[in-house]
Amino acid sequence: MTNVFEIAGKVSLFGLRAAIDSLRRPFEGAQIARQLAEVGSKSLPLVIASGFALGAVMTLHTRSTLVTFGATSVIPTVQAFAFFLEIGPLVTGLLVAGRVGSGIGAVLANMRATEQIDGIESLSIDSFKFLVVPRIVACTLALPILTLVMDFSGLLGGFLSEYSSSRLSLQLYIFRAFSAFDWSNFWPPTLKTCVFGFTIGTISSFFGYTTNEGAQGVGRAATSSVVISSLLIILLDVLLIKVIFFVFPGSAL
Amino acid sequence: MTAGDTRAVVFDQVSKSFGAKHILSDVSFDVGAGEALCILGRSGTGKSVTLKLLISLLKPDTGKIWIEQDEITQMKESDLSRVRRKMGFLFQDAALFDSLTLYDNLALPLLRLTDKSPQEVDLVVDQVLRQVGLGSDKAKMPSELSGGMRKRAGLARALVLQPKVLLADEPSSGLDRITASEIDELLLRQKTECRTALIVVTHDVHGARRLADRVVVLDRGKLIAYGTVAEIEHSENEVARKLISES
Repeated sequence: MTNVFEIAGKVSLFGLRAAIDSLRRPFEGAQIARQLAEVGSKSLPLVIASGFALGAVMTLHTRSTLVTFGATSVIPTVQAFAFFLEIGPLVTGLLVAGRVGSGIGAVLANMRATEQIDGIESLSIDSFKFLVVPRIVACTLALPILTLVMDFSGLLGGFLSEYSSSRLSLQLYIFRAFSAFDWSNFWPPTLKTCVFGFTIGTISSFFGYTTNEGAQGVGRAATSSVVISSLLIILLDVLLIKVIFFVFPGSAL
Repeated sequence: MTAGDTRAVVFDQVSKSFGAKHILSDVSFDVGAGEALCILGRSGTGKSVTLKLLISLLKPDTGKIWIEQDEITQMKESDLSRVRRKMGFLFQDAALFDSLTLYDNLALPLLRLTDKSPQEVDLVVDQVLRQVGLGSDKAKMPSELSGGMRKRAGLARALVLQPKVLLADEPSSGLDRITASEIDELLLRQKTECRTALIVVTHDVHGARRLADRVVVLDRGKLIAYGTVAEIEHSENEVARKLISES
């Protein structure tokens, strides 16, 4: 148990250091852009495919239930609320934790094992600022964008599923999806994924950057990054929903 | 301590432990500009740790380390950065950044640590790569380089800031005799033409005999012999004599 608290403390200090360093010069723009491409654009196919499939499947499931009550007209509304409030942020967070978290953990651990991090330090370059900060910043910035892509992919999948059953027009689907929507339903859940991104970046970088076990540490860093990031995302989701309801009471349906 | 005023590197009664394991005990040596010191010893005797202490990737438990006029053991990170600019480090496996091309590996420290324009950086990188025989390979990724080329590339990166002190960790390990000899030749040229102080950790006795003005022999973290190759050959210590005579 002491070990858990010790690691939690170290990770917190690691994240705090990254947050402070991200505001110091040099701002590592080129490195951040490179990592944004790695985290963001390379995750797009996975996020789009997952969102589309989830949207289609969800519509099929809710349709069979709602048809019993003659309430099929609310399918677009249910779909939009489900994706923007919960499915989009959570599933995107978990997908990115799996794809990117393991990658960051393994890359940094490999750099440690092959002395590349020592190499950077020997050149008078701050390896933490050069390697860790851009990855955390990129994860923090990319998550909300990927979440929106997931949300709209889910709506598209839902629309096509609904269209195949009822021939509902796209205009009417969009109107019904967003008619009851408020900005307080949109911004807080989307922006909470910045916290997910920061968590994924920090946890993965921590396990990769601080490993000291050679090649064996690479696999361990990748696994720990995914498992702990995913677990924390789920726990933080519960906490952040409470915070959102407190700060934006209108978003509590 | 005034030794730092006249010597490029002074390693003064340095000890280092990891937990209960003593890696170095009371080790002292010094190197002047244009001199080469080779560190010999069996595996696990603290040779690579000595190099990491010299560039302050590790801190000693006791003792002092001088790089020219700077005593580095108590230095803050910001001051260490200034001292490290005077030093180059050739890592055992070159430690090139595998996500960057050879050119970018060399340009990175120049762009970040000097005021050189991109055109000037181009010139310096080209010149250093030609110096190590990799002039036509600058667009390659590290994974595309052979073992010998990687060593040369690592050496080029270590030289790109024109260091006054060059540390090399097993520069000839894993290389055939001819390639190892070429690397030694590059190191020798750096020593004589640029008056760089060389500290080379090696198992290659041929290379050590060729490069070294003096040799340090470590055994179980202790300095057991220190002197010229001829002096080590006539050392009273049997391990030291064996290490310098092995072929």
